[in-house]
Order: sequence, then C-alpha cells, then structure tokens
Amino acid sequence: MTVAVIVFPGTNCEHDVVHALGVLGCHAELVWHKETDLAGASGVVLPGGFAHGDYLRTGAIARFSPVMTEVARLAELGRPVLGVCNGFQILCEAGLLPGALVANRSLRFICRPVHLRVESTGSVLTAAATIGDVLRIPLNSYQGGFVAPAPDLAALEEEGRVMLRYCDPDGAVTDTANPNGSTGAIAAIANPAGNVAGLMPHPERAVEAILGSSDGAVLLGSFVAAAVAVGVAP
Amino acid sequence: MHRNLGMTDDEYQAVTGILDRSPAPAELAMYSVMWSEHCSYKSSRVWLGRFPTTAPWVVVGPGENAGVVDLGDGWLAALRIESHNHPSFVEPYQGAATGVGGILRDIFTMGARPIALWDPIRFGPLDEPRNRYMLKGVVAGIAGYGNAVGVPTLGGEIEFASCYAGNPLVNVMALGLLRREQLVLSAASGEGNIALLLGAATGRDGIGGASILASASFDEESGAKRPSVQIGDPFEEKKLIEACLELYQRGVVVSIQDLGAAGISCAAAECAANGGMGMDVTLDAVHLREPGMTPAEILMSESQERMLAIVRPDDVAEVLALAEKWEIDASAIGTVTTGGTLRVFQEGTLVAAVPAASLTEDAPRYERPRRRPEWLDAVWADAPVLPEHVDVAEALRLLLDDPALGDRSWISEQYDHQLFLNTVVGPGHDGSLLRIKGTDKGLAVSTDGDGLRCRLDPHRGGARIVWEAALNVAVTGARPYAVVDNLNFGNPEKPEVMWQFVEAIEGMAQACQAMEVPVIGGNVSFYNETDGVDIHPTPVVGMLGFCDPMPPFPPRLDRAEEGMAVWLVGPETGSDFAGSAFARVVLGNEGGRPGDVDPEQGRRTIATAIELAGWSPVLHDVSAGGVAVALAEICIRSGVGVTVAEGDWRLLLDESPHRMLAVLPAEADPSGLATRRLGAMGGEALDFGLLGVLPLGEAAAIWRNALPRRLG
Repeated sequence: MTVAVIVFPGTNCEHDVVHALGVLGCHAELVWHKETDLAGASGVVLPGGFAHGDYLRTGAIARFSPVMTEVARLAELGRPVLGVCNGFQILCEAGLLPGALVANRSLRFICRPVHLRVESTGSVLTAAATIGDVLRIPLNSYQGGFVAPAPDLAALEEEGRVMLRYCDPDGAVTDTANPNGSTGAIAAIANPAGNVAGLMPHPERAVEAILGSSDGAVLLGSFVAAAVAVGVAP
Repeated sequence: MHRNLGMTDDEYQAVTGILDRSPAPAELAMYSVMWSEHCSYKSSRVWLGRFPTTAPWVVVGPGENAGVVDLGDGWLAALRIESHNHPSFVEPYQGAATGVGGILRDIFTMGARPIALWDPIRFGPLDEPRNRYMLKGVVAGIAGYGNAVGVPTLGGEIEFASCYAGNPLVNVMALGLLRREQLVLSAASGEGNIALLLGAATGRDGIGGASILASASFDEESGAKRPSVQIGDPFEEKKLIEACLELYQRGVVVSIQDLGAAGISCAAAECAANGGMGMDVTLDAVHLREPGMTPAEILMSESQERMLAIVRPDDVAEVLALAEKWEIDASAIGTVTTGGTLRVFQEGTLVAAVPAASLTEDAPRYERPRRRPEWLDAVWADAPVLPEHVDVAEALRLLLDDPALGDRSWISEQYDHQLFLNTVVGPGHDGSLLRIKGTDKGLAVSTDGDGLRCRLDPHRGGARIVWEAALNVAVTGARPYAVVDNLNFGNPEKPEVMWQFVEAIEGMAQACQAMEVPVIGGNVSFYNETDGVDIHPTPVVGMLGFCDPMPPFPPRLDRAEEGMAVWLVGPETGSDFAGSAFARVVLGNEGGRPGDVDPEQGRRTIATAIELAGWSPVLHDVSAGGVAVALAEICIRSGVGVTVAEGDWRLLLDESPHRMLAVLPAEADPSGLATRRLGAMGGEALDFGLLGVLPLGEAAAIWRNALPRRLG
C-alpha cells in the first residue's frame, strides 16, 4: 500500500507529509507533477506549499500539471484524495472540490495553531474522529479564506460536507475564533462521496506531541485507514 | 569614472599597478565592486583576526560562504549571517526579501539544505508613519520570500531607536543541515572543467549594489538609488535549491559559488582564485533578461537566484538534464584554465583580463584611525537617577507596552515557523530549539544585539550580547557551540566609529574565548549613517547551541502551573541600570555606564541552565526589563499569576547579566544551583506585595497589544 504525495515545482510540505504518514505507519512516496500514471497508489495527497510559485492565482497553474488528470481519475474511482493548504487550493481550482480560497481578511500571512470542531465524519479526513471534538492544529497560509457561490455553500451545508470549522478552545464557532474570514468558519470540506477532502490547516504538523500537538493524527489516520481499505497491490 | 563607482584615486592607482596599464571599463567595474567595503572588508579585516575561530568541531571557519561545524554521526550544521540594511531602507519589501534569498544561497552553496532563518531587525520609533511603513514592508518581505521559498523563520529580535529611523537594520541568519559527504566548497579545480551559470536570467537590476548601496552613506538623494536594489523571486530560488541539492547528491558538481554582491565577477574570481586557477568567461553565453547590456553591466549585475557551478565536461549533459527537470535555465559560460588569469570575452573580443586572485586578495586594507568619542564621558555622567520607591506594577504597565518588550506575535505569526517538522521551541522564547529527525540531537539558536548598551560601552555591550545569546541557548538544554556575528556600524572613516568597532570586537572576542566558543563566520556592515548621523554601534551575534541528547521535554515559557516555585539563578546586584529597559522606558534615561560581565559567573549560570533544562518545566533568561518582565512573560504565557515577597524594587528591575528564572515543582530542591526562592506561582495577578499588584488579565492585554495597537 503506497500513498502518492504529489510534488509540483514550489511545493514545500511534501517531506513533512511523508514523515507524518510514516509516523502513522503508512508508506508514502514523492511523485513529480509530470507523472501520468498513479494506478499503483492507494491514495493521493496534494501537500502544501507554493505550487508554480502561486503565480497568477493559487493552484491556477498547478491544475494544468500533467498529474492532475490522473488525480481526477483516481478521485472518480473512489480512492482517497486529500489536499492540504495549497493542495486544497489546487483541488478547488481543478474542480474536484467546490469554492475557492481568498486572502485572509487581515491581509497578512497567518502561522499559528487554530482550534477546529469536527462537523462530520463522512469523509476520508474525519472518519475516525468524533463529531464535536475540538482539535488544535497549525494554520499556515495567506490565502486561507474559504468562499463559494451560495448554491455550493447551501449544498455543502445541507449534505453535511463541511468537515471542520474554526472554533474557540471550547468548541464555540465565533467570529473572533475565525482566523481568516472563511465563510461559515469552514476549514475543511469534502466531495459528495467523501473520498476527496481538502483543508487549510496542516494536520501533518500535529502528529507528534513534542511539536506541540498530536491532534492531527486522527485526521491523517482517517486518511491512512481509507488508503489501506483500497488495498492496491504495490 | 572610478569615483562614480565608489573607488578612491589611490585604489585606482593600485589597479593600474597590478595590470601595468589603465583598466578597461569592464575591469574597472570588477575592481570597484570586488574592492568595495562590502566585498573586501578593507576597513575591518585587520581587526577580525581578534576572534577565536578554531575548535575541534569546526569543519569550515570564516572565509567560505558559511561556517560549518560537526555534530557527530556524520551530521554537519552550516551557519551564516548577513545584513541587508541599505537595500531595505531604499525598498523595504524587496530589500528584506532578497536578503533572505542571498543568505539561503550561501547555505546551500555549501551542500546543506537550509532548514531555518532568523531575522534580527531594528527601526526608528513606531510613532513615525515612515518607520511603521519600514517595519511592515520588511516583515512582509521576509514572510513573502521565506514562506514561499519553503524555509521556516523561527525568530530574531527587534529594537527601536531614533538612530535607526534613517538607517534601519535588517540582518538575516540561516542554518543548514547536511551529511559530511555532501559538503561542497567553492574552489574550482581541473583545467578544462566547465563553468555553468544556473538559475535566473541576468538583467540590469542591482548593478553596483555592493559598492553604491552597501558601501556608502545615505542622504536625501537616496531614493534615486532604488534601481540598485535587486528584485527577488522565491519560486526561482526554491527550484534552484532543489536542483542544486540533487546535483550534489549525484556528485556531478566539483564546486559551486552563489552569485551575490558583484554577480558574475565575484563568483568567477572567487571560484578561480580559491582553486589557484584561472577562468575564461564568455559573456555571449550568459542568458540575459534584456538585450544590449554592456560587458560591465553583465559582470556587475546582481540579479538574484543564480549559481555558478564547476562541472567536469563529461557531467555537463547530466547537469543540463537536471536543470531542465527543475525548470531552471543553465548555460555554459566559462572554462577553468591554468595560469590564474580571469579573462572575459564578448563577441570574440577580450574585454577584461585580470589576475583572479588580485580581485579577492589584493584589495586594499586600511587600519583607519580610532578615537574614543569625546561625548562618552558626558554620557557616562548622565547615569539614571533611581527613585527611592517604585511601584513595580506601574513600571510593568509601561514596560510591557514597549514595542521591543511586548508580544512579538504580530511579526512571528506572519512567518512560517514550523515547516520541516523540526521546531520544538519556536518564536517567543529565549532561543529556538530544533530537533534533528532520526537522532536524539538538538540545535538551539539565538540572535542578540543591544544597540543602546553598545553605544554606552561597546566593549561591555559586545561582551554582554555574546553571554546573553549563550544563556539563551543554554536554557533549552544546549551548550554554546559556535558564533556568527553581524557587525553593523556607522561610517568607518570617522575615528569614533572605528573606536567603537574595535572595542566591540574586543568585548565579543573575550566573551567567546571565555566560553571557548569559536566564531565561524561573520559580516561587516559599515556606512550605516544618514545625513551624517551614525547608528548606535550594533553588533549582532548568532549563537548556535548543540545538545545530544536533547532534553525529553525542553523548558518552555508556557509550562508554569499553580503551586510551582519560582527560583532565581545567578547574582543579585540590584545596581545595573545603565542601558536598562527600566531606565529607558520608565525614567526616560539613556545614559550611564553598563555593568561588566563576569566570565566565571557566566560559565556557572550556563552550566546550571543546561543541568536544569533536563527537568525544569520553565527556564527563562533575565534580560530586558529584569526579573519583573521575565516573570510577567512566564505568567502571561502560562496563564497563571505569581506572588513574590520582595522588599527592594531594584532587585526586580535591574539587568545584571548571567541570570535566569527557573520554575520548579514546589517540592524540588535546587540548592547549590539556584540563588534563592522568589515566590510561588498561583492566583490571578502579578503580586509584588507592597511593591504593587498587577492583574494578570491586564498585564496580558497590555503585552499582547504593544505591537498591534501601533501597527493596526
């Protein structure tokens, strides 16, 4: 069982994702963005960073990288696909998830731990979590404000596809606890099948207590369990 | 013409002597930049020899792109500090951004992956709109470049004083990690080897940056120097880092040099001279951003994100293929030759032919006159007058609101400080602590400077910052291991500035000797003056600490709990107020003579810190603001108050060196280590009894707002 961690020019969280998955007992390999065959991958992670320099618009060039056709095919097959931060932005640009990410309302980059409330367990990101749990996970982005057209937002809410919301340490969703101005304090969403998920915070930065929190393990652990279930022969 | 390039008549004569003829325009351009203060250290070099530079663990000392030390088990660390003061004043965002880019190239030139950055920065007071603009621009530039290039920024320090209004200081330090077999040096060898220029296209940006910007003073015309500032592209640099690291891994690079100040001239001359070789360079092969550039412009351009790699002819195809994979441009621009001459051709015409070593080694050296400033006696006489009684709570209200003492999150949250999953102790602590994955080893880092104290006494001030930096790494459990320094000073042609410079070096060197820590690299930034006003003498040290094994739970400021006891470690004098935060902020006094260091005590406190770091939840260096501010920081970060029974306010606010606070479980007995028990954690206030009570919520609000309320 191997998870493919996609590397675009400008990606920078790829080694961290491989390390964190390794801590959780999952083998992962770096895959260059020009690869066109991911048939052997039981799951795909699009890690954070600045793919293609974030030039033009975050994710706007990356969606045209050769590997993205294959990522879309695996998503269609129901294999777990996870986008973290820049990876989330790319999934939105590629149309695999609805909405877009815009500049933080402070117009400043934000790197600090935030609190997230689990809203649904219906995705490869949250299956092992418990609804109402509060997780403490680092955020690290300039364009982290989630927006979407009203019909998409309504569908996300009605179909229970909002996976995580920004909240305070006690789990209350408040405006002051919303770090970047995301609509509905949305931090993570999934597609209708739940196999494609994206989030702005970085769970790979929170799987070891010595780095400040291990709350990300339940999220990446959900993803790993889904990848194991796919059971593609290596 | 040579005067326009920043060269003196005597220096021009020296060039004529070396060449035995008048220099051609391209040659003059090369000498003017390579012999500039910035590149040649001509005013400082005679003094830099005072620093101790050897230790058994030093692999590469001063002189290469970065210093390198041995961490055991095949691991090496590379460390380098630089300044980008003048470019940042002219254009804050790009000046700071390209400073980050440049320092990273120095690190990966050595074969190391850059793993962390620190940015010590200094500005004029924030009540001036221009200084706020400078700070915001510099921080945005550091964040914009560092975050995107994918190297975390773990901290730095910040100071404010009016002398920095016309000349902000933007220093940047980078740390790299490598395996011993990956170490690469810059000496070109092997006749017939090919010089490949990798990375960005060469344009007209940054021409003469080193000689015109970095080696001269400012006046009101300085805005016209904006074209001398380079423009950075972190995406290009990121690709260049990954490409170079893969080249090293494949072993296809003989040597490599980054293109920084003086561009191709400097890189080619240093590669050739360090290897005792020469080089033929063909400018037609250089990939250019715009047509019609003259030879001098191509040679002097400081376009960013470029490297010069020396490659065996057989490996050229592999290197070019790798460059294509990483989507970076590469062109063969030169050939290594014997004979030691650097020859430059354009369209078949020889446009320059100079002895390569003359550019680097024959630069003039000046032992400039020195004179103790006449104003110093008056400044010493103006010592702070201490009141009989001070309400410590009231003093804390002012101190915690000072932008240099308040919460720095407004800045550090704009920096990615966690990438690579090494950050065990991050911004907001005395020192950063990084783990080395797959080992028990840890690297601690601190940067420290103290412009005001160094103005009052450069010798003592210089010594104090080294001791403070050492204690800052020791409280994470690391022993001081290596130092880099960035010497920011005024105009060296003024004898008073040279006196400050040499005094500071002596003070720093003595401190390094006393703790047996080698200096492995440094940088000198002179001409930090605007309209004839020099900055405070501001040496900045970067201290690398090393621990193996790392403490299982290294001390942090936020781990104090109700019921724990607070202990003071180190001497109590109650008398060191010259240059203190209390004198500056509360009394409005910036005079007097600061106390001296005590090497014996310094070593003892450091040893105690390393021992206590193994089991103390909180260890905190006592520095600006004394015991009172150190306590407030622990209380605010931990969310718990403290009760201190102390009759003398002086003991809570003075800043004598070599001291720290330890917060320990109530039952712990640190006798023999700690000086005395100050009080107990608990409650909702900083309770100093008769000396005042400050509610914790109020203290936290003041501290957290110190920067945001000024910056918005």
